[in-house]
Amino acid sequence: VEIRVDVEICDLHGQCVFTVPELFRFDDSGELEYQRRVPEDLEGKARTAATVCPTGAIELVE
Amino acid sequence: MSQPRAVLVVGGSLAGLRAAETLRREGFDGRLTILGAEPHHPYDRPPLSKDLLLGNMEATDVGFPLRDELEADWLLGDPATGLDLVARTVRTRSGADHRFDGLVIATGSVPRRLPTFDHGRPGVLELRTLDDALELRATLTSRSRVAVIGCGFIGVEVAYAARTAGAEVAIVSLDPPLIVAGGVVAAVCEELLLETGVDLHIARHVVDVREGAGTHGLVLDDGTIVEADVILVAIGARPQTDWLEGSGLRLNDGVLCDACCAVLGPERVVAAGDVARWPNPLFGGIPMRIEHWTNAVEQGIAAARTLLHGSSQDTVYAPVPSFWSDHFGTRLQSVGLPLLGDRTEVVDGSLEERRFVVASYRGEELVGATTYGMVRGLVPFRARLARREPDAVGRPG
Repeated sequence: VEIRVDVEICDLHGQCVFTVPELFRFDDSGELEYQRRVPEDLEGKARTAATVCPTGAIELVE
Repeated sequence: MSQPRAVLVVGGSLAGLRAAETLRREGFDGRLTILGAEPHHPYDRPPLSKDLLLGNMEATDVGFPLRDELEADWLLGDPATGLDLVARTVRTRSGADHRFDGLVIATGSVPRRLPTFDHGRPGVLELRTLDDALELRATLTSRSRVAVIGCGFIGVEVAYAARTAGAEVAIVSLDPPLIVAGGVVAAVCEELLLETGVDLHIARHVVDVREGAGTHGLVLDDGTIVEADVILVAIGARPQTDWLEGSGLRLNDGVLCDACCAVLGPERVVAAGDVARWPNPLFGGIPMRIEHWTNAVEQGIAAARTLLHGSSQDTVYAPVPSFWSDHFGTRLQSVGLPLLGDRTEVVDGSLEERRFVVASYRGEELVGATTYGMVRGLVPFRARLARREPDAVGRPG
């Protein structure tokens, strides 16, 4: 499973960073960074991160 | 535990939708019916007091995407009026009875009303639904005078949108602005409101309304008269449990649930979102009800899992609550339950610049953190709160 973030829609609420800090983080300038490839044991949390994104910017692609 | 054969979701908004989606994702293949009080399919409410009011979004932009694999029957515009736990049916306003095997209660909340105020007057509005928001937006012009009663999230966000539209804005509130976010935030928010030209009447309430030609004169308890064309009553929300009165369910500012969001009493009945009161194990098992967007999502998911798998250690719902509010060009965000704290500490940024993080402690225990404009600074506090041992904070009293 891979993460895709639509940076046009992302509004930097940080809910994904809160939910899965293993995969999402803010860089030093406050922009969102994320790890594209999701390890199997984090798939559930990655799905939750996509669901709690207030702007629906995160998509998981099989 | 055997799975329910037919599930009825009462409530066609965020919590109900996420519960329904979770049921399907977790393998529920029986009949799924969703009852909605409003005529609309589920839509996103936060923009109603923000981008929709500001004109940055339209009604067509707020609907949630609905996936075909949900395979649900939608019965919209027909609110639930009663629950019969013996027959296991839900009655709706149209008089129809809907049988269920499993039930998700997700009827959300409705605006609180002032007991001695005529809400039926023309020009008196509230803001909960998409239709409310469109009606309010139409009144926000450079020629309008808007009086907002209440100064919570809705009041502050509407004040911002109305000022942006060029309207004159007055706020009448017993409490300081955003007091639910704590005293530090309240002081900063009060400055923001005053600087933007909002006519602020704090620790005041309305004692009378004098009607003029198309205008209202709000008479305050100190004798001040606030003239307004539009009055928005935004004094908070109460859980929509009217339809559960007399059902036998235990109601006390919400429907009472166990730690897994199973409603106390009947089998295969769960609740999620604004309407549910449950003991959050992460905060000492204090029964709480959380009206935030994120909770509607997470609790919808949790309640659906409990409906399928039963209450157990695997289905306990122990979230770190989280909210945000956009106003006056900045964003307020919070994690945890800052109001449980007995002291606060500014840990990053500065109040003067209105970019700061303030942590809330009860004794030595971190209970929450709040920021204006520095979401990155919340991340370590969110992580610490999530690592709390369940029951780390003692029960009250």
